[in-house]
Amino acid sequence: MVWLHQHRDALLLALRRLTATPVNTLLSLLAIGIALALPAGGQMLLANVLHLASGTAPSPQISLFMSLDAPRAATEEVGNRLKQNAEIKAARLVPREDTLARMRASEGLGDVIDILPKNPFPDAFVIDPKDDAPAAMEALAKELKKLPRVEHVQLDSAWVRRLDALLKLGRTGVAMLAVLLGVGLIAITFNTIRLQVLTQRAEIEVSRLLGATDAYIRRPFYYFGILQGMLGGVVAWAIVRLAAAWLAAPVGEIAQLYSIDFALAPLSQWDSLLLVALAAGLGGLGAMLSLRQYLGDA
Amino acid sequence: MAAGMATPDAAPPHSDMIQFKQVSKRYPPGIDALSSVDFEIADGEFAVILGHSGAGKSTLLKLIAAIERPTGGVVLVNGQNVGALKRKAVPYLRRNLGLVFQDQKLLFDRSVFENAMLPLSIAGFPPREAAKRVRAALDKVGLLERERAMPIALSGGEQQRLAIARAVVNRPNLLIADEPTAHLDSETARDVAQIFRDFHQVGVGVVVATYDKTLFPEARRITLDHGRLS
Repeated sequence: MVWLHQHRDALLLALRRLTATPVNTLLSLLAIGIALALPAGGQMLLANVLHLASGTAPSPQISLFMSLDAPRAATEEVGNRLKQNAEIKAARLVPREDTLARMRASEGLGDVIDILPKNPFPDAFVIDPKDDAPAAMEALAKELKKLPRVEHVQLDSAWVRRLDALLKLGRTGVAMLAVLLGVGLIAITFNTIRLQVLTQRAEIEVSRLLGATDAYIRRPFYYFGILQGMLGGVVAWAIVRLAAAWLAAPVGEIAQLYSIDFALAPLSQWDSLLLVALAAGLGGLGAMLSLRQYLGDA
Repeated sequence: MAAGMATPDAAPPHSDMIQFKQVSKRYPPGIDALSSVDFEIADGEFAVILGHSGAGKSTLLKLIAAIERPTGGVVLVNGQNVGALKRKAVPYLRRNLGLVFQDQKLLFDRSVFENAMLPLSIAGFPPREAAKRVRAALDKVGLLERERAMPIALSGGEQQRLAIARAVVNRPNLLIADEPTAHLDSETARDVAQIFRDFHQVGVGVVVATYDKTLFPEARRITLDHGRLS
């Protein structure tokens, strides 16, 4: 019970100190909020891109082109071999006549194709591999290239890998921002607690003389740091939320222009919770470092 | 009551509340505030520490409350060697002492009530019981009607009485005051002195450091002269 009372008192004292200097508190919260909004916003965008990538990207495929002068029998032979290959989930034949018809139908190309003396397109296969890991696909492509009358084998996974690399870069960037600005949050808390210790010097001294333990004296400062961090996290969350709402309309417009079904999603509940909890934790850490420096063990 | 304190039955029957054995305190760079001071104050006794300014009165009181530590000799308070106390044990010693400081050390951003409450919050008293004790203490020093006032609105005498209320709210068995009447006019000083007598009447040991020999004529006198007993 005593323990509970003391924590409640410390929490109330911390709240009182936070509200006693509203301008300072507001500025600190804004500084923390803006600092944290950057990695949080980055995380939100990243999550959206990931979602977009997984939603619209087809599973990687391999395109196989026969040589132009390959007779239909050769194509059929290759088709049979593909069916027997255990590494292949499905293989779809695209006859050269179909390709020609499709190209002729597309606007602007029709006239050009009509001028050509003969069909410039080869027979082709679109292959879904069982294992779409880049290395496995590469090996499969090499193997397929050895089939008779095969002119060219193309991996369609290149752009998927490029996107993957870009996302990895984005993730690293967000992590770097988070670390940097997390350190910034610790620094902000460190400084506000330092100022608190200075302004509360009389109270600290009197409390010590009246029999206060170190824990009793430190407690309200810890709560102050944690509360400030937490509220800063909430501010960051609000900033990201507002930015998302603001971006929603233009992003929707772009998506429509590219006829993609996509709406900007705000931070997930889990990410939001993590943001606030992390901010609170870093605030506590900043308070701890500051108290170690400025309260001392005297 | 609290960890680190000697229990009452552990002390001998005619125990001394305070014992100084060959106590010295030297401040750097070699200034002797106290030299080989020897005395005892019995349980519940009323003692005044007399002496000119700079005679070592404040230092003596600070040694009792473990605000300073002796550079020689032994200081015993309620049978406990204060000079050898671990840092962590010091708060619990102080909770059993009532301290009135020369400069009062009130908190000017807190009300009269909250100032008097501070020792009880520190000791972790349940709020309702604590509020009762605070009102009782404020009543004893005649400040009950001023409990909502801020200390800045109090007169010098009232501030001193608030400091006393804060010192006794924990119901210590020993009340220690450093020049409690220094900045007061003689009439207010007599009022404040009477408060100390009242506490002594109900069995609290009182040790007051003062330059004013006339303030407590009935009390046991310990006179310091340049850091030595005289």
